[in-house]
Amino acid sequence: MRSIARFQTAMAWGLILATLLLGWFGRDLAKALDARWLVKFPSAWVIHFKTKISAAMKWLVEEAAIGPVAFTDITRALAWLIEQPYELVLAFLAHGFFLDSGADPLVILPAISWIAVTAGVIALGHYCRDWGLALLVGACCIYLAVFGQWESAMVTLASVLIAVPIGAGGGLMAGIWAYRHPLGERILSPILDLMQTIPIFAYLVPILFMFGFGPVSALVATIIYATPPMIRITILALKAVDPEILDFGRMAGTTERQLMWRVLVPSASQSLMVGVNQVIMLTLNMVIIASMIGAGGLGFDVLAALRRLDIGAGFEAGIAIVVLAIAVDRLSQAFAERMGQIQHVQPGSWLARHKRTALVTTLLAVTWVLGQFSPLLLTYPESQTITTGVFWNDTVKYLNVNYFDLFEAVKVFFLHWFLLPIKKVLLGLPWPWAIAMLSLLGWRIGGAKLALLCAALSTLILISGLWSKAMITVYLCGASVILATLIGVPLGVLAALNRRAGAVVNLLIDTLQTLPSFVYLIPVVMLFRVGDFTAMIAIVLYALAPAVRYAAHGVRNINEELIEAGLVSGCTKWQLLRLVRLPLALPEILLGINQTIMLALSMLVITALVGTRDLGQEVYIALTKADTGRGLVAGLAIAFVAIIADRLIKAGARGARLRFGLES
Amino acid sequence: MPLKTKLSCRNVWKLYGANAERFLDRDMPPSGEDLRKAGIIGAVRNASIDIAEGEIFIIMGLSGSGKSTLVRCLSRLIEPTAGQVLFDGTDLLCANEAELIEIRRHKMGMVFQHFALLPHLTVLQNVMFPLTIQGVAKSQAAESALEVVELVGLKGREAYYPRELSGGQQQRVGIARSLVTEPDLWFLDEPFSALDPLIRREMQDEFLRLQARLHKTIVFITHDFEEAVRLADRIAIMKDGEIIQVATPEELVLNPASDYVAEFTRHIPRSKVLSVGGIMSAELTGEGDPIPQVTRISAVAEEIISADSPRPVCDGDGRIIGSIGRNAVAHVLFGSGEAS
Repeated sequence: MRSIARFQTAMAWGLILATLLLGWFGRDLAKALDARWLVKFPSAWVIHFKTKISAAMKWLVEEAAIGPVAFTDITRALAWLIEQPYELVLAFLAHGFFLDSGADPLVILPAISWIAVTAGVIALGHYCRDWGLALLVGACCIYLAVFGQWESAMVTLASVLIAVPIGAGGGLMAGIWAYRHPLGERILSPILDLMQTIPIFAYLVPILFMFGFGPVSALVATIIYATPPMIRITILALKAVDPEILDFGRMAGTTERQLMWRVLVPSASQSLMVGVNQVIMLTLNMVIIASMIGAGGLGFDVLAALRRLDIGAGFEAGIAIVVLAIAVDRLSQAFAERMGQIQHVQPGSWLARHKRTALVTTLLAVTWVLGQFSPLLLTYPESQTITTGVFWNDTVKYLNVNYFDLFEAVKVFFLHWFLLPIKKVLLGLPWPWAIAMLSLLGWRIGGAKLALLCAALSTLILISGLWSKAMITVYLCGASVILATLIGVPLGVLAALNRRAGAVVNLLIDTLQTLPSFVYLIPVVMLFRVGDFTAMIAIVLYALAPAVRYAAHGVRNINEELIEAGLVSGCTKWQLLRLVRLPLALPEILLGINQTIMLALSMLVITALVGTRDLGQEVYIALTKADTGRGLVAGLAIAFVAIIADRLIKAGARGARLRFGLES
Repeated sequence: MPLKTKLSCRNVWKLYGANAERFLDRDMPPSGEDLRKAGIIGAVRNASIDIAEGEIFIIMGLSGSGKSTLVRCLSRLIEPTAGQVLFDGTDLLCANEAELIEIRRHKMGMVFQHFALLPHLTVLQNVMFPLTIQGVAKSQAAESALEVVELVGLKGREAYYPRELSGGQQQRVGIARSLVTEPDLWFLDEPFSALDPLIRREMQDEFLRLQARLHKTIVFITHDFEEAVRLADRIAIMKDGEIIQVATPEELVLNPASDYVAEFTRHIPRSKVLSVGGIMSAELTGEGDPIPQVTRISAVAEEIISADSPRPVCDGDGRIIGSIGRNAVAHVLFGSGEAS
């Protein structure tokens, strides 16, 4: 037994060494053998999926029809349906209502006053919880006004107000459908899995193709992005309803509809609100990306600033998104709590019971009327806004002037000793060997099924002609994940073991998670200019959070008795960590790394803006050219990389849990 | 007087597993051994019972014995694999969706172990719920609901939410809700199991008080043999999906069908179950006032033991049919438990 185990270990190390050597000398070897096809997949063998998909899309948009109804009629009708309420909300919040759209339109009703919005938000905060929340959300509003972000923020808010009800409502309906029909769940769950791994950009392209550039496309993309978690949460929440409640509903003689809407959905409402909150947060996450296909507002401001490399403006608009996100998030959470609370109807007249509503309505009317005479009441005066843009620009300039050599030295060091070697090995690796090793790994960890999956997906990437781009993706993502793990896991362990450090780390992680992914890019680009190193730092920052969170969770949740067993055996603190805590936390840590990989992959497309040469760039180019086939194929390739990593690590984590008897 | 049968089931089976139906097509009903070999779980096996109108019928069994599954087959919350469920003489299993809804709306009520109250509704709204889904006018529904709320002793708490009530009070709401439609047939699925022992006792008394007034036909599930003995007219004991014995509490104690049943009865205070008629001797002797034969031993034990000679026992019409002496009573009170 022992000798077999030892032989297997030796074998594994041998294979790893062979892979490294093959990768390092792969190009030379191929040249010496005169077999370049080993490292570079011959273009003659490539199957051009992308042109086929493009052609199919073209057919869909130009010719497809069900009877007399053309496909484009359907998309147009959908667009119209979404556009009407959006225009209404937009006019109400940001632009005002006009009589005709000539050069000098007549204003019937200006947009709602900033004072009225702020008052309304404060009143809502007070209604939902207390003065503390009211003050927080009020401060958020005033920040937006004072820093000159008001109008953009209202445009963004308008898209949130449209996307969230549609996303949450649609998710609820889809979830209910899947709950009622087992077949529905079987259809939906693989789609949801895939949607979580395909980068958002990949489906921006077909949406752009079908709906054209503009706010409607942006809304459609946002809704598609934000709905899946709502579907999942709906299914889970409905399944989690006490079976006795279900039996009661049946015994009371409810019809199917009554059972769903009067028994199940209200009983699950607490969990469903968590889903709504998710939809809200994802919608706000999507704000910047959606501006690439025509959304205005804060996201557009950030994107435009990023393209100009104007760090000050980009940072300010980025912070404004965060501020808006905080306000909306806290309000929606408090609202959900309030709905779940006991509310006894207070006696008294309507006016006595609705003081806040009355006050805000009055304020709205007053500002509208008086606003005709004093514009200050309608829009925050531009002369009174402050900006920190200059400060940020100056800071970056100062750093660049005085510390350029230092930054350059750090960058060169990492490139030379860390990034480039990984890149060389991965690009030099002969693809037959790579696929064989990947399948072997899959077989060892998860058996024949996983091996087959690894082989099939990697072969698909290969024959679609994206092998080297995929390898660059793996390199960039892998290097970032290694770094994020090296930083994140120790931080997580520290946070779990030391309460004060935990508080600091938590604050750091919370901040990192609320910032939209784009915001990371701006300062890094300013300090390190474009390139792989910049991309890596931005990815590490974005993908750090789960590594920390899961490690902390894993270490904290170890059975107390095992720690005590270690202590009475006379372990030192260090031994306790190395021999008890870390091995037992391993499954959780692995899952954290898995999440880190997923986030890193989703960040790749964003880092394409700083000139990487991976699959992300491929998607980005496809987006700018509206090349559906190219975008979808590259997006799917990223999804395949993600799926392979995900399945391998999950199988590994499961194996570890089985070994420790944490799962049977 | 033969009572009218309200609900009965004939050869009801509920099997879980692949191709479970095919298993029942053979001539001989499958034994437990057959099912185990085929990897099929027999949750209810060949159950046949008759429940008379106005009777408290208790189904008793330990967890996993299939009692909950059986009661859900009777109410058709679970579709039985085979068999018949006759409610007022018609087969419930043949009813279509609309008929079933109609029957449940007007003729059945059910109380649940964990109350199954809707968390977003007040006490009154919860009790009104079965009426509102029928489309009864709100004011009329509220009026009926108030009546039952008062009946279960929750008057004044109509506007409370379930979370604000104790377990016992929540179950009172559950009971009120199941009674608001004035059903003929009342299912109670371990209604008091989730309550503290003291509250449980109080609720059992409350239940008997209600039944004395309402005369429902009751199917009551419990895993507590003491509770069963205290409340039941008749008890069905289940084990591994099968009904082992159906009898009155007294018969169960006197003539247990198997060691399994005897094991349950062993720790029961026999004087509270056995009646004078059950242990009397046939000698028509004795002095003093005759004792009716249905009297529980515990009620007259002290009198008989302190008396010097046996007392006569009479039947419902006052005829002397036997006698009971202190030896027989002492045996019940202090004996080892084996039937004499």
